[in-house]
Amino acid sequence: MTTHSHIPRVRTLVLVWLALICATGMTTGVSYVELGWMNIVVALLIAVVKASLVAWIFMGVRYTTSLTKLFVVAGLLWLGIMILLTFSDYHTRSWMYQPQPWSHGPGNGPATK
Amino acid sequence: MDAATLGMWTFLITEVLFFGGMFASYAVYRNMYLDAFASTSQYMNVVLGGTNTAVLICSSLTMVLAVRAAQLSNRRHLILFLILTMIFGVAFLVIKGFEYHAKWVEGLVPGLHWSGYTEHPEFAYHAQILFFLYFCMTGMHALHMVVGIGLLTFLLVQAYRRVFNANYFAPVEMIGLYWHFVDIVWIFLFPLLYLIGHRR
Amino acid sequence: MATLAQRSPEVEAEEVNYLNVEHGWKSWLLTTDHKRIAVLYIISITLMFFVGGLMAVLFRINLLVPEGLFSAETYNRLFSMHGIIMVFFFLVPSIPATLANFLIPIMVGAKDLAFPRINLLSWYLYIAGALLAIYAVVRGGVDTGWTFYAPFSTTYSNSYVLAAAFGVFTAGFSSILTGLNFIVTVHKMRAPGMTWSRLPLFVWSNYATGLIQVLGTPVLAITLLLLAFERIAHVGIFDPNIGGDPILFQHLFWFYSHPAVYIMILPGMGVISEIVSCFSRKRIFGYNFVAFSSMAIAVLSFVVWGHHMFITGESMYTGLAFSILSFMVAVPSAIKVFNWTATMYKGSVSFDTPMLYAFGFIGLFTIGGLTGLHLATLGTDIATHGTYFVVAHFHYVMVGGMVMAFMGGMHFWWPKITGRMYPEAWSKFAALIVFIGFNLTFFPQFILGYLGMPRRYHAYPPEFQALNVLSSAGASILGIGYVIPMVYFIWSLKNGPRAGKNPWGAAGLEWQIQSPPTTFNFDETPVVTEEAYNYGPLEEIVG
Repeated sequence: MTTHSHIPRVRTLVLVWLALICATGMTTGVSYVELGWMNIVVALLIAVVKASLVAWIFMGVRYTTSLTKLFVVAGLLWLGIMILLTFSDYHTRSWMYQPQPWSHGPGNGPATK
Repeated sequence: MDAATLGMWTFLITEVLFFGGMFASYAVYRNMYLDAFASTSQYMNVVLGGTNTAVLICSSLTMVLAVRAAQLSNRRHLILFLILTMIFGVAFLVIKGFEYHAKWVEGLVPGLHWSGYTEHPEFAYHAQILFFLYFCMTGMHALHMVVGIGLLTFLLVQAYRRVFNANYFAPVEMIGLYWHFVDIVWIFLFPLLYLIGHRR
Repeated sequence: MATLAQRSPEVEAEEVNYLNVEHGWKSWLLTTDHKRIAVLYIISITLMFFVGGLMAVLFRINLLVPEGLFSAETYNRLFSMHGIIMVFFFLVPSIPATLANFLIPIMVGAKDLAFPRINLLSWYLYIAGALLAIYAVVRGGVDTGWTFYAPFSTTYSNSYVLAAAFGVFTAGFSSILTGLNFIVTVHKMRAPGMTWSRLPLFVWSNYATGLIQVLGTPVLAITLLLLAFERIAHVGIFDPNIGGDPILFQHLFWFYSHPAVYIMILPGMGVISEIVSCFSRKRIFGYNFVAFSSMAIAVLSFVVWGHHMFITGESMYTGLAFSILSFMVAVPSAIKVFNWTATMYKGSVSFDTPMLYAFGFIGLFTIGGLTGLHLATLGTDIATHGTYFVVAHFHYVMVGGMVMAFMGGMHFWWPKITGRMYPEAWSKFAALIVFIGFNLTFFPQFILGYLGMPRRYHAYPPEFQALNVLSSAGASILGIGYVIPMVYFIWSLKNGPRAGKNPWGAAGLEWQIQSPPTTFNFDETPVVTEEAYNYGPLEEIVG
C-alpha cells in the first residue's frame, strides 16, 4: 500500500525546474553586486528557497506524512545545533571578561580582606 | 513500502549530518578568514560551477519525471528519463573532472600540489584551508553522484526487465529521493564555494 | 533470598526453533533472522570485550609500581586500544546489536526488523571494522587515546592511527544501520493494538538510542575522514601552522562522542526497566516519565558536548552554556532512577541474578552520574579534568552502569535466547564478585583523581601507589567476575535445565512465545489489548 498515490502534474514540475534555473541565475548575478555582509545572507536565502522547492515538490515532502516532515525538520535542526553551538565558541573567544562588582579575583581583588 | 520511505529519509538525515560536519568546518573558517576565502574566488570557475548547477537541476527534473512515469506504468518514459538523468549525472562529473584537472595543473591542490596561490600570497595559508574544503566537499559530493549513477544503472536494468509499474515503484522513488538530496547539497555548495567574492 | 525462577516440566525438547531450524555455516553467515544475527553479535562483541579487557589487565599491571613497568609509549598504546575497543567495539553495539536486535521485533509483535538484510550488513560492517582494529592492535596499536586528538593524531603520532580510525569509521556505519533499522521498525512494524504507550520501555530506550546513532555517528564519520586527509596529505585543516584549529577537531569529535555515551547507557536503562518491573512484580512507576525521559536524554545529549573541552581552549562563555546544559541532561536520568526506586516500593521484590545486577546498576550509575555533575561544574572541572576522577566517573557509568545492565539483561533473557537456564548459585556468586571487584577497582580512582593523579600517565608519584595497587587488585577480581559467566553460560548451552516459555513469570510479548523462539517469532500476529507490565498478584507461572 503506497502513501504516495499522488502523481505530480508535469506542468508543476517544469515550473519548479524553471524557478530553480532562474534562481541559479539570480544568485550568480547578485554575487557580482557589492552588498557587504548581505551577500552571504542573500546567497543562502536563495539556496534555501531552491532547496525547499526541490524538497517540497520534487521529493514530494508536500504530500508525505507528518512523520516524514518531522524527520526532515529534525535533521535540519540538528545540523543547526551543530553549526550554531560550535560557532558560539569561535564567536565568543574574543569577548573580554568584565569584572562585576560582585565578583572577586583578578581585576577585583580577593574575596576576604 | 512506507517502511522503505521512512528508511530512506532516515538515511538522508544521516547524510545531512555527514555533509554537515564539512559545512560546519567551512562556516568556522570562513568566519575566521573572510578575506582569504574571498580572495580564492578568482580561482573558482563560476561558468563551470554554474553550468553544473543547471545540469543537476535538469537531472532532478528528469528524475522526478522518471518516478512519475513509473507511477503511471509508462515503461518507455521511465527508461527514457532514467537514461537522461544518468547522462546529466555523467555530464556533471565530466565538467567536475575538467575543473579538478585545471586546479591540479595550476598547483592548487592542498597537501599534494600546492604551489599556485600566487595572486595573494599573504592569504596562501588560509586559502589552503578553503581549497581543501573545496576538494573535500565537492569530492564527497562527486562520490555520492557516482553511487547515484550506479543506483540509476540498477534501476535501468530493472526497468528494462519490466519490474516496475503503478503498484510497485518504490525503488525508483527511493533512489529519486537520494538523487534529489545530492542535488540539494550542490545547491548549497555552489554559492558557498564559487560565489564568495568575485565582485571585486 | 527468594527467587522467582521456575523450572519447566520436561522436554519441550525437540521443538523447532530458530537455532535448530537450519544447520551449516551458510545458514548462519547468510541469515537474515534477527535472532541469529543477535547471536553472531553476542559472540563477536564478547571476543572484542576480552581483547579490550586484556589491554586493561596489562596496563593495570604496569600501574602496580610508581615508575611503571612498561615504557610510556607502550602504556599509551595499551590504554588507547583499550578505549577504542571498549567504546566502539563493545559498548556502542552491546545491547542494541545483541539484546535489542533479538527482542525488539518480538516486543513490538513483528516477525523481524524492518530491513533484515541491512541488519546482516551491519554485522559484516562491524566485523570489518573489528578486523581493522585487531590489525592495528597486532601491528602495535595506536597511542593517541580513543579521542584521536589533532594535531598529535594527524601529524606527530607514529602509530597505526589510520587503521584504527578506519576501523572505527566502519563500525560507525554498522551502528548507523542498526539505529536506522530500529527507528523504522518501531514506527512501522508494531502489531495491531501495540500503541506507543503500550510499548515496553526497553523499546522506547532503544528507539531513542537509534535516534542518537542516526543523528550523531555521521559526524564521527566525517571527522575521522578529515583526520585521515590531514594525516595522509597534510592538507592543513587542523594545523595551527597555517591557521587551522585543533579545537575544531574536538568540536566535531565530541559532537558525536558525547551523544555516544548516551548510546552506551540508554539501552542499559531500558534493560533495567524491564528487570525491575519483573522482579518487583509491579508495573513501572511513571511509565510516561520514563519513556519521555529517554527521548529527553536523546535530545539533550546533543547540546552538551563542550563539557569535554572546558579547559582545552574553547571560550569560557561557551563553556558556561555547555555547563548549564550538562546539568539539565542529568535530570531525565535522575527521573529514571527515582521511578525505578518507586517501582520497587511496595512491590514484591525477589533477588534473582538479573535483579542483583539491576541493584548494582542503580547504585553505581547514581554515583557515576552525580560525579558527572562535579565534572560539569566549570570550577571543579579545572581541578579534575584529565585526572583519574574522570576515569572513575565514566567507568562507574559505563561499567557499573552499562556493563551491569548488559549482564543483567543477558541473564534475564538467556532462557529466551537459548532455551536453557544458567546455574543460579554460580550466577549470584559472579554478580557479587563483579560488584566487589568493580568498586575496589574504581573507587580508589576517584580519590586518586581528587588528589591530582593525571590520567594516561604510565608513571606516578610514589604516594599514589597504595591506591593504585588496590585498583589493580580490584581489576583482577573484576576480571574473574567476568570470566565466570562465560564459563557457566557456555556450560548451560548443553547442560543447563531447559527453560519454558516464561521462567520468570514476566509480562511482555517475548515471554508468551516458546524458548527459544521460532524463526518468525509468532505463529500468528498478536493483537495487543493491554498496557505493558500488567503484573497482577503473584500468579501461577505458566511453563
